Amino acid sequence: MSLILRTATRFLLPLLLLFSLFLLLRGHNSPGGGFVGGLVAAAAFALYALAFDVATARQLLRIDPRRLIAAGLLVALGSGMAAWLARKPFMTGQWSSITLPGVGLVPLGTPLLFDLGVYLVVAGVMLTIILSLAEE
Amino acid sequence: MISGGIIVCVLSGFMLALLAPWLYRVGRRATAWILALLPFIQLMYFVSLAGPIARGEVFVFSSPWVPGLKINLSFYLDGLSLLFALLISGIGTLVVIYAGGYLAGHHQLGRFYAYLFMFMASMLGAVLANNVITLFVFWELTSLSSYVLIGFDHEREIARRAALQALLVTGVGGLALLAGLLLLGQVGGSLELSTLLNQGEVVRAHHLYLPILLLILAGAFTKSAQFPFHFWLPSAMEAPTPVSAYLHSATMVKAGVYLLARLGPVLGGSDAWHYLVTLAGAVTMLVGAALALFQTDLKRLLAYSTVSALGILTLLIGLDTALSIQAAMVFLLAHAFYKGALFLVAGAVDHETGTRDVTQLGGLRHVMPITAVAACLAALSMAGLPPLLGFISKELLYEAKLQAPRAAPLITGAGVLANVLLVAVAGIVGVRPFFRERMATPKNPHEAPLSLWLGPVILAGLGFIIGLLPNTLAGPLVSPAVTAVRAEPSEVTLALWHGLNPVLLLSVLTLASGMGVYLGQGVVRRATSRLEPIAQWGPARWYDVALEGLNALARIQTRLLQSGYLRYYLLMIIGATVGLTTYTLAARGGFPRPDGATDVRFYEGGVAALISLAAVAAVRARSRLAAVAALGVVGYGVALVYVLFGAPDLAMTQVLIESLTVILLVLVFYHLPRFASLSTQRARYRDVLVAVAAGGVMAALVLAATSIRFHPPISDYFAEKSLVQAHGRNVVNVILVDFRGMDTLGEITVLALAGIGAYALLKLRLERKESG
Amino acid sequence: METILAVVIGVLYATGIYMMLRRSLVKLIIGLSLLSNGANLLIFTVGRLTRARAPFVPEGADALQPPYADPLPQALILTAIVISFGVLGFVVVLFHRAYQTVGTDDLDEMKATDT
Repeated sequence: MSLILRTATRFLLPLLLLFSLFLLLRGHNSPGGGFVGGLVAAAAFALYALAFDVATARQLLRIDPRRLIAAGLLVALGSGMAAWLARKPFMTGQWSSITLPGVGLVPLGTPLLFDLGVYLVVAGVMLTIILSLAEE
Repeated sequence: MISGGIIVCVLSGFMLALLAPWLYRVGRRATAWILALLPFIQLMYFVSLAGPIARGEVFVFSSPWVPGLKINLSFYLDGLSLLFALLISGIGTLVVIYAGGYLAGHHQLGRFYAYLFMFMASMLGAVLANNVITLFVFWELTSLSSYVLIGFDHEREIARRAALQALLVTGVGGLALLAGLLLLGQVGGSLELSTLLNQGEVVRAHHLYLPILLLILAGAFTKSAQFPFHFWLPSAMEAPTPVSAYLHSATMVKAGVYLLARLGPVLGGSDAWHYLVTLAGAVTMLVGAALALFQTDLKRLLAYSTVSALGILTLLIGLDTALSIQAAMVFLLAHAFYKGALFLVAGAVDHETGTRDVTQLGGLRHVMPITAVAACLAALSMAGLPPLLGFISKELLYEAKLQAPRAAPLITGAGVLANVLLVAVAGIVGVRPFFRERMATPKNPHEAPLSLWLGPVILAGLGFIIGLLPNTLAGPLVSPAVTAVRAEPSEVTLALWHGLNPVLLLSVLTLASGMGVYLGQGVVRRATSRLEPIAQWGPARWYDVALEGLNALARIQTRLLQSGYLRYYLLMIIGATVGLTTYTLAARGGFPRPDGATDVRFYEGGVAALISLAAVAAVRARSRLAAVAALGVVGYGVALVYVLFGAPDLAMTQVLIESLTVILLVLVFYHLPRFASLSTQRARYRDVLVAVAAGGVMAALVLAATSIRFHPPISDYFAEKSLVQAHGRNVVNVILVDFRGMDTLGEITVLALAGIGAYALLKLRLERKESG
Repeated sequence: METILAVVIGVLYATGIYMMLRRSLVKLIIGLSLLSNGANLLIFTVGRLTRARAPFVPEGADALQPPYADPLPQALILTAIVISFGVLGFVVVLFHRAYQTVGTDDLDEMKATDT
């Protein structure tokens, strides 16, 4: 592939990954969320795999995307089970909040954790399919 | 505390079922004795509850299970459940020990224990359940464990067939039972048995009473092998003998009887109940006893006599008098003891001699003295000789039949006839193999090991000891059971000697004629063998015919509908959908009038045109890449629609997915062949027609759906609660991760499976190729 | 506008179904993709169209202010889009594998290979 694409991708990848996390975190209040965030992350690595090659992309990813799927499912399931600790039915949202300096009161809850699980599963599945196919 | 023990009893069995294969790997030969501890502890627990229950207490345990459907994991222990629980845990203890000896060295013994404990726990659950759905679940679990146990020797086809037969017959009955129980719950206003038991008047007066009764009877009769469903029980003798003794004689087949007794206060007392139950019981009693005499296989003899005994129990419950219920409960105990013992003896004899054919067995008392004593005691109890429990039971039986509310002489006559035949069967099974002269057998017999004679000796001994002290030992168990079934306090007094009365006379008559049949069985068999061709056209044959018919029907419809061409399946599905939908729309006047499309802005119209043109272009494209590009345009156009109508989340997702789709397709299409025109001209015209019709119908449906609103949208709830309860301003996201989080969990699971499936398809084959 | 989108949905269904009825595997995949776009648009339209009022609770308010676009169909479609990609990925891989093994993308010839 062209040099321009490679150079651009090198800069784009961290930006896209940051953007995907940004989408994930703000998704509860503005457009975004785990699905979109996961897709952006997957697209970032897919782009990298196109610009360089699959082996390089895998190296950069460090972790087998299948592990992302498993981790995502576990996180989502675990966030649902957290409600049991409060003796509530499975998947009842549990909330508390912390104060961040400069930001103010930030509500934190198990649905955010669940969204993280969605993010990981989506990114994992997309990368599993695309990277394996590209290796053919 | 005490009621909590009930659920521990039930669940511990399932836990041990999971652990059993592992325990067997560690414990080997000692496993049986270790495993038997659990049912033994359960037995002790239930014995300790016998005192309070005899004083009139009942124990209830309840824990919500599916509260939305009113399903609770609730248990109810009264006299009736206690009697069954004692039998299940007590005989269970002996059978586990016995199985250790009987199947010693079998390579799948660990699995056998797992199945056996699964059954034991399910059976306990079924007789202790208070919620009818809980009862049904455990009821079906006993059918399932019976299936795997009958088919335990799954390498033999006949065992597999027998297992399937039992499963189908009891399974169909189980479905009927479920329907009946649900209706009963509707009519009675509760799913809890403890509440339903007080609703007898309401239920019997309801217009759905007869359907409920028929459905529940179908469940009970199939499970308890009543005529004409009795045929699965003799076939089930393909199971290893411990299973036959435990499931198919002492416990599971009595689940139907338990259900009848349990629901007696709710469903009983009507003419329909009386006639149906009595008749089924009487016919089963006679058919079972008569067919038993034809048999030469020890286990099949016992199986048919069990069918007969189940008929007697059903008959007694159908008579529905205080005396008949009392007789039923005593007979239940007596039968469990003697029949369990005889089955275990049959297994021991088979184990030692290598044959179960009664015509080849004789004189075994010299080589197997302990087994012989147990067998004779049990056989005498079965024949109803004093001072054994069987005698007391038979006296009560005759008394109850003589005092039957209707047709007493007829019922008594049938009862005497059946008992005469059963006396002969008792002689053939329990006495003959051990007396007469020795015969050559495939194996050279020795006395069975401890594990094999312990069970028969204890069971036969119990029949003897309880016979001597009936009031002390059986009274406290039988009285509360009768109380529970009759729903009124009952005090039962049992005695060996009732004085010189008509009942005793009948007993003597029965014994004498029974001896006659036993001695002249050759003559009897020759006389009745003419009936054999008729028996071949019995219910077992109906079952085969029905099953073959079903298979033939499946083959015909497969030939008609499944051509193996994907497009014909699609054509059929689409054609049916289009036809039915058009018909419905036309018949209901649902075809919408277009609103004239006035409210359209020019760029919206542009996007719509773009999508349509791109879709057509994708169809007409001559190259793969052009098609993929056109597809991309369609996707981005749809994303624009989302943008225009207030769905930014969707638009973002769609754009990303569309980009990834293009990458994916480009990756693959390089490896696939060029577009080729494969279809004929005619097929193409046909497909255009079908496709356009389907598209038209979908468009009409959309218009019809948008012009009518049946219900207010449920989104108002989400709109109101999103920020307040779920702390999120993006309502779409809140629905996904919170309100409908369970759905999303399911969806990401599906997604994960698709990903792993794709990975497996791509990689696994390659790896195998590399390694081999 | 519903009328126009209904026509678009009709076109997507018609083209998708026509492609799925072809004998070539590649065309079947394209048909599947067209069909899932049509289905998503169908859910969206049937859930009523509202211009430019995305379902976000504005600052300072406790609930959505009507009129707002219905969030429920949007949530349904969002997962449907992602899942249909998962399914598409699986199908593509399946056909890729099948093509490698069988050497044809003609469904009629494939039929003969599984006996």
